[in-house]
Amino acid sequence: MAQNGSGSVAQAVAAHQDEIFSEWLALQMESGALRSGRIKEAELRTQCRAFLEVLREGLAEGGTDADAPVFGRAKEMLTEVSRSRGMQGFTPTETAAFVFSLKRPMFNALNRAIEAAASEGGGAVRAASAATARYTWDVTLLLDQLGLHTMEVFLKTREEVIARQGREISELSTPVVKLWDGVLALPLIGTLDSERTQVVMENLLQTIVDQSAEIAIIDITGVPTVDTLTAQHLLKTVAAARLMGADCIVSGIRPQIAQTMVHLGVELDVTSKATLADAFRVALTRIGRAVVKAPRVEAPAAGRR
Amino acid sequence: MEAAAVFEIRSSDDVVRVRQEVRARAVAAGFGLVDQTKIVTAASELARNTLDHGGGGAVRVESVSQGGRRGVRLTFEDQGPGIPDVEQALKDGFTTGRGLGLGLGGSKRLSNEFAIDSAPGRGTRVTIARWNSR
Repeated sequence: MAQNGSGSVAQAVAAHQDEIFSEWLALQMESGALRSGRIKEAELRTQCRAFLEVLREGLAEGGTDADAPVFGRAKEMLTEVSRSRGMQGFTPTETAAFVFSLKRPMFNALNRAIEAAASEGGGAVRAASAATARYTWDVTLLLDQLGLHTMEVFLKTREEVIARQGREISELSTPVVKLWDGVLALPLIGTLDSERTQVVMENLLQTIVDQSAEIAIIDITGVPTVDTLTAQHLLKTVAAARLMGADCIVSGIRPQIAQTMVHLGVELDVTSKATLADAFRVALTRIGRAVVKAPRVEAPAAGRR
Repeated sequence: MEAAAVFEIRSSDDVVRVRQEVRARAVAAGFGLVDQTKIVTAASELARNTLDHGGGGAVRVESVSQGGRRGVRLTFEDQGPGIPDVEQALKDGFTTGRGLGLGLGGSKRLSNEFAIDSAPGRGTRVTIARWNSR
């Protein structure tokens, strides 16, 4: 055990790979990785065995620095494990446990190496003890680095999920619906920031062209706060629609929003109505339609006369 | 809810968070719907000013009470370039950016108390308060 530190780590791992594997697997099963049912035992077994194999190879090639190229494959494998766990909804602790639960089996392997040396007696014991500190440091450093890598990938995966949901929400929440020939409605829900305004405007203008609409009703019932920026975004959308030859009506202005806008000094230079129904009535009048009460149609009498 | 809390304003998501926090405070102070909307809108304007003109900063949100009335006090602070002419900045239609130029004056009209302390190079501090009118 007198060689460099990584040599002794590599030796210990190579000599006790099977024990490390079974201890590691047992620890993970104990910690409840399987209990949630999100991963099968066979899958976990394959993951563990494959990872231990690439870790041993990396160590054998003389590295204890996780950033070294020899651990490239180990990192790739962790990236995969972490990504799939992130997608499956594992907690950060459960994900990190994959690497960190490897520590105890690795230290146990060291203990066995020292015990083996002790049975030989003499100088071998002293050499083994001297190597202990370095071995501990190497293993800790390596596994910590790999653990951090796992967490980084895990967080990145989660961030990707959040970003995707954000995009989905901004698309979902800006539908343009056709109320009648030439009459569109755009029910806005949530915060109207610059990015969403862009999506809204594009959707609206495209639908105006597709449906050759004359009137677009922008309903802001679902917008909780109308400040000057929101008002400005609304005005821009209205102006763009006008350039396309469509008139806009803003509806869904609640009493508290109306009062606040007056205090702010915002003037919406556009027809506005309290409810979508009122706005629809105005729109129908403008295109020369009216809703009239139909004469009651008697249901045809059933059966024979 | 604690008496005072400080929130960073670094992105437009933070502006949304400030609005939500202020609304929660206003509801807790028993504000009616109109008063809630007014203080939330004022907070939104000032938070965006802090972000766009002050280059980011922080807001201190306080629940206050005085003589049996309850209210919300907000203090926006940034270390930005400051405002050379405060009076001009409060005028409607004055803007250095591309906004409507109504934010600062508007938020003054939406609040019961309004104080601004700013000078070029010293950053800006705006304090507003709104009391429960019920």
